[in-house]
Amino acid sequence: MDWPLSDTSFCIATQENTMKDTDIKKLLYTHLLCIFSIILSIFIPSFFLENFSILETHLTWLCICSVSVTAVNLVLYLVVKPNVSSKRSSLSYKVTRFLKCCIYFLTSCFFFHVIFVLYGAPLIELALETFSLAVILSTFTTIPCLCLLGPNFKAWLRIFSRNGVTSIWENSLQITTISSFVGIWLGAFPIPLDWGRPWQNENFSLDYKDSIHLFRKLQQY
Amino acid sequence: MNSLSCHYQDAEDLSAAFPGLGRRVVFMGDETWNDLFPGVFSQALFFPSFNVRDLETVDNGIMKHLYPTMDSDEWDVLITHFLGVDHCGHKHDPYHPEMAKKLTQMDKMIQGLVKRLKNDTLLVVTGDHGMTISGNHGGESELETSAALFLYSPRALFPSAPAEEPEIIPQISLVPTLALLLGLPIPFGNIGEVIAEVFSEIEDSQPRFSALAQASALHLNAQQVSRFLHTYSATAQDLQVQELHRLQKLFSKASADYQRLLQSPQGAEAVLQTVIPELQQFLRGVRAMCIESWARFSLVRMAGGAALLAATCFLCLLVSQWATSPAFYFGPLLKPTASGLSGAMVCAGLLASTGLKLDSMVLGAMAAVGSLLPFLWKAWASWGSKRPLASLLPMPGPVLLLLLIRFAGFFSDSYIITEARVAPFLLISLILLLVARLHWEGKLLPPKLLSIPRLGFLTPAGPPQYSAMHAVGLGVGLLLCIRLAGLFYRCHEETPVCSSSPLLSPLRSTVDGRTKNLWYGACVGALVALLASVRLWLHCYGNLKSPEPPVLFVRWGLPLMGLGTAAYWALASGADEAPPRLRALVSGASVMLPRAVAGLAASGLMLLLWRPVTVLVKATTGAPRTRTVLTPFSGPPTSQADLDYVVPQIYRHIQEEFRGRLERTKSQGLLTVAAYQLGSVYSAAVVMALTLLAFPLLLLHAERISLVFLLLFLQSFLLLHLLAAGIPITTPGPFTVPWHAVFAWALMATQTFYTTGHQPVFSAIQWHAAFVGVSESRDFTWLSAFLVGANTFASHILFAVGCPLLLLWPFLCENQGSQKRRQPPGNEAEARVRPEEEQEPRMEMRLRDAPHHFSAALLQLGLKYLFVLGIQILACVLAASILRRHLLVWKVFAPKFIFEAMGFIVSSVGLCLGIALVMRVDGAVSSWFRQLVLTQQKAGEQSSLVCTGAGLSARKAQPHLLPPCSQDLLASGTSLFYNSRS
Repeated sequence: MDWPLSDTSFCIATQENTMKDTDIKKLLYTHLLCIFSIILSIFIPSFFLENFSILETHLTWLCICSVSVTAVNLVLYLVVKPNVSSKRSSLSYKVTRFLKCCIYFLTSCFFFHVIFVLYGAPLIELALETFSLAVILSTFTTIPCLCLLGPNFKAWLRIFSRNGVTSIWENSLQITTISSFVGIWLGAFPIPLDWGRPWQNENFSLDYKDSIHLFRKLQQY
Repeated sequence: MNSLSCHYQDAEDLSAAFPGLGRRVVFMGDETWNDLFPGVFSQALFFPSFNVRDLETVDNGIMKHLYPTMDSDEWDVLITHFLGVDHCGHKHDPYHPEMAKKLTQMDKMIQGLVKRLKNDTLLVVTGDHGMTISGNHGGESELETSAALFLYSPRALFPSAPAEEPEIIPQISLVPTLALLLGLPIPFGNIGEVIAEVFSEIEDSQPRFSALAQASALHLNAQQVSRFLHTYSATAQDLQVQELHRLQKLFSKASADYQRLLQSPQGAEAVLQTVIPELQQFLRGVRAMCIESWARFSLVRMAGGAALLAATCFLCLLVSQWATSPAFYFGPLLKPTASGLSGAMVCAGLLASTGLKLDSMVLGAMAAVGSLLPFLWKAWASWGSKRPLASLLPMPGPVLLLLLIRFAGFFSDSYIITEARVAPFLLISLILLLVARLHWEGKLLPPKLLSIPRLGFLTPAGPPQYSAMHAVGLGVGLLLCIRLAGLFYRCHEETPVCSSSPLLSPLRSTVDGRTKNLWYGACVGALVALLASVRLWLHCYGNLKSPEPPVLFVRWGLPLMGLGTAAYWALASGADEAPPRLRALVSGASVMLPRAVAGLAASGLMLLLWRPVTVLVKATTGAPRTRTVLTPFSGPPTSQADLDYVVPQIYRHIQEEFRGRLERTKSQGLLTVAAYQLGSVYSAAVVMALTLLAFPLLLLHAERISLVFLLLFLQSFLLLHLLAAGIPITTPGPFTVPWHAVFAWALMATQTFYTTGHQPVFSAIQWHAAFVGVSESRDFTWLSAFLVGANTFASHILFAVGCPLLLLWPFLCENQGSQKRRQPPGNEAEARVRPEEEQEPRMEMRLRDAPHHFSAALLQLGLKYLFVLGIQILACVLAASILRRHLLVWKVFAPKFIFEAMGFIVSSVGLCLGIALVMRVDGAVSSWFRQLVLTQQKAGEQSSLVCTGAGLSARKAQPHLLPPCSQDLLASGTSLFYNSRS
C-alpha cells in the first residue's frame, strides 16, 4: 500500500513547483527592474544635467548608473527578501552588518582596481576612470552578493563552485555575476582597434552592459 | 620659372630633390609629412591628422593660410594636403550630405586658387586613392585605386580640347612630369611616363616645335628609365630576358632616330611621327614588364602552402590526441614519414636524371604531402567509422575560445601592432581562468566550507590538493610578474602616439653617473638573484649535492659566468669614461669577456650532455628494512589516545635497535644503495640547460633586460607550479599535458618576445647584438646573423627548450603535495600513527616506470606545442595572403609573417633539442642503473633478485622504494632506495 505515500510526495512536488514558479516570476521582475534602471540612468539625467551623454561624460554616467543599480538592488532586497531573515534583529547587529557590507564593497572596489592595473591599465594616468570602472563592476557583482548572502565571504566562495548552488536565487546570482565578469572582459577587445572612437581611449569600454542584459534574459529560461 | 601648387600627392623622391636644387617648398596640411620628409620644407604648417572623425582642423588651418602664402612670393612649390574629404569618407560615406558640404568647400577653394594663379604656375589637383561605396580604401578595387587628376594653368596647356572620356594616367607618371616641368632630374627609380601633352609649346603656332618638345621630354624620360633598367637587370634576375632585350633594342632604335632628328631638323616630319610612339612604347613596355615581375603573387603556391600547413596542424592535433590513448604505438607514425622521404628521393632522382628543372620548394612540399597523405588516409579509414568528429576537438571550451581569439587577432593590423599588450592580456585571462577553475572544481578549499549544512549528502570530489592561499598567491605573483615585465615595452613603428620604454636602451646611453651606477647595481642584483634562485631550486630538490661534473659546474662555473657578465656590462656601459691609456685593454676585454662566458656556457652544456645524471649515490650497509620516524613527544601522556600512540612507538624502536644489532653481527647482512635526487633528475637537467642558455642570450641584450630574464624565470616557475596544481598524476597510465598548459606556455613565449624589447618589424631588430664579442672591424658574416637571430628569438629558444618541464613539473610537485599531507596538525590521534610502509614520493621515476607512455607523452607534448605555434603561423600565412593588397601588408602583415615563421623554425629546433635532452637523460639513467647493478654483482653480496632482473633489462630491475633512513640526509625527501636483497 504505497498510494498515500506517493500522493503526499506528489503534493510536495507540486508545492515546490509552485514555489519555484513564484521565485522565477520574482526573479524576472527584479531583473527587468534592474535593466529598466540602467536604461533610465541613460535618459533621465539628460533632463537635469547639461551636456550629458554616455560617451562624453562617461564618468558622470557611470556614477549615476552605479548609484541607481545599487538603489534598485537594495530596494528589491528589502521588498522581496529572498533569503531567510536572520533571527537576531537588534539594531546594533544591523548596524555592524551594514558597516561590514560597506567595508566589503570598498574592498572589492580596490581589489578590482588592482586587478585592472595588473591587467595593464596605467597606474597613475586614468586612475579615476579605472576606479570608476572598478566601482561599477562592484555594483554589478558585489552588491547582489551582499544583498543575497550578506557579508559572508565563505558563502560567496561556495556559490562560485560546482554544486555550490542551492536555490534559484543563488543560481541567478552566479550567472549574473559571471556574465558581468565575462562582459567586462569582452569590453576590452575594441580597445586596440584603430577606429579612433573616443570611448576607446578609456581603459575598458563599457560594452559589458549589453552582455549582462543578454545573459540576464537568457537566464530566465 | 615654372611653379606649381600640388595637392595631396605622393612624390617622395621628388621632395627629396627639392632643397638640394634651391627650390623653396612650402607645405600645409597633414602632419604625417613631417615624419616622411623631415627638413625638406622651407616653410611648413602641420596640423594633427590622426583623429579620423575630425573633418575640419586640417582643412580650416590650410584655408586660413593658403591665399596669403600664395600671394606672397616666397615659394617655388606649394604643397597643400587636405584631409577632410578622406576623413569624411571614412566617417560617413561618399553620398552623405556632409560629403557634399566638404566637396563644395573644396570646389570653392579651387576656384579661389584658379583666380589667383599666375601665368607661369601650374595647378595640380589629385588624390592618392579613391574610395569604395562605403567610403573606405586600401583594397584593390577600381573604385579605390582610381582618383581624379586635374591640371590647370592660365596659359593654354593642351593643344586640343580634352576628350569626352578622359585618359587614364598611371600615378607614377606624375613624378617625371612634375620633375621635368620644374627643371629637376627625374628620380632614378621612377619608371613613369611623362604626360607628353603638357610639354607641347602651344604659344608657338608651329606644330612641329610642339612635337619636338614632346619628343625631347620623352627622350629624357626614356634615358632615365633605360639607365634604371640597366642597373636593375644587372643586380636582379627576375625580369624576363627576351622582353628585356626587345625593349633595349627598341630604346636604341628610338634614341638613334631622335639623334637623327636633332642633327637634321629639316624634313624630319616623318621621323618625328615615329620617334614619339617608339619612346612611348618603350616606356609602357618597361612598366608592363616591371609590374608583371614585381607585383606578382603566386596564388597557387599560397593556397598550397596554407593547405599544407593546415594539414600539418591537423596531423599534430590528431597524433597528439592519439598519443594519449593507451593503445598507442610508434610504428604507424614512422612508415608514412619514411615513405614520403623515399618518394621525394625517388622523385628528385628521376627529375635529376631526366634533366627536368624543378623548384626545391615544390619538391619539399611534394615530400611533405607524400608523407601526410598516407597517414591521413589511414587515420580517416580507421577512425572515421568508429569515432565522431567531436572527439577530434579535445580542447576544453575556454582554451579553444582563447586560441580562436588569438587566431583571429592575426587578421587585424591593430591587433598585430598591439600584440605586445594583447598577449599578456590573454595570458592573464588564462591564469585567472585557471585559478577560478581550480576553485570551481573545489580543489582550493577544504570540503567543509563547500558542503552545505542543509544538504549533508553533498560531498566534493576529493580533498583539496593545494591550499587556497598557495594557488591564489601563485596567481597574484604571476600577474605581478607579467605586469612588471610589461614595463619593458618597445613601440611598433606603426603606433601613432607612443614612446618606447627608456629601460630598453643600453646603460651606456645614460648620462647621469649616479643613475647609471644604480641601474648597474640593479642589473647585477638581478643576475645574482637569477643565479641564487636556480641554485636554491637545485638545492631544494637536492640535486646540488651530487658530485657529478655538471653540478660542480653549476656550483662554480655559473658564478664565474655571472662575474664575467657583470664585468662585461661594467666595461660596456663605462667604455667612454675609460682613460685613454686603458682604451685598448678595455676594448680587448669587452671582446674577450662575452667569448669567455659563451665558452663557459658551451662547456657546461657539453658536461651536461656527457654526464646528465645528477645523482648522489651512497652505499650503506645494514640499514634496516623498515624504520619508523619518531614523532617528538614531550611531557607525560595525558590521555588514553596519547598512550595508544606512544607505547607502540617505543616498542618498535626497541625492536629495531635489536634487529640492527643482530644484523651488524652478521657479516654484511644487507646492502642498500641509496640514490638521492633521482626524483628530479630530468627537470634538473632541463633547468640547468636553460640557465646555461640564458647567460649567453642575456649578453646579447641590453643590460637592463636582465631584470626581464629574472622575471621570465620567476614567472615560468610560478606558471609551472600553478599548472601542476591542476594536473592530476595518472600513475600507471598514459601521461598527458593539458592544452591550457601548452597554450599558456606558448603565450608566455610570445609575451617574453615583446618584453625583451622586440617587435615583429625590421626596424626593431637589435643590430648591436652582432657586435657582442666580435671585434668591430669584421664584416657582417654568418656569425653576426646568428648573434642577431639569437637575440631576436631568445624567448622562443628558452621556452621551446624548457617545454618538457610542462610534463615533468606535476611529478616534481607530487613531492610537495605529499609533504604537505604529511604535516597535518597533530590533534587527531589517527593522523599520527602513520602506516609503516609509507612510500616516498617517486616523482619523476614514475615516468620511468612506464617508458612507453613517457615517450608517448613527450611526443604528445611536442606535437601540442607545435600545433599551437602552427595555428599562429597558419593565421599569419592566411592573413598575409588574403590581405596581400592591404595598405599595411608590407608594414605589418608580411614582417609579422616572416618573424613568426623564423620563430617557428627556431622553436621547432629548440623543442627537438629539449626533448632530445630529456631522452639523453633517460638513456643515461638507464645505463646508470645497469652500471649500478653490475657493481653490485661484482660485490657478490646476495643480490640474486636484482641479478635476474638486470639480466633482462635494467628497467625491470626497478628498485623499489623504502622509507628514508634519516631525514637529515635528504634535502626534501627526494630519495630512492635501491635494495639489493630479496
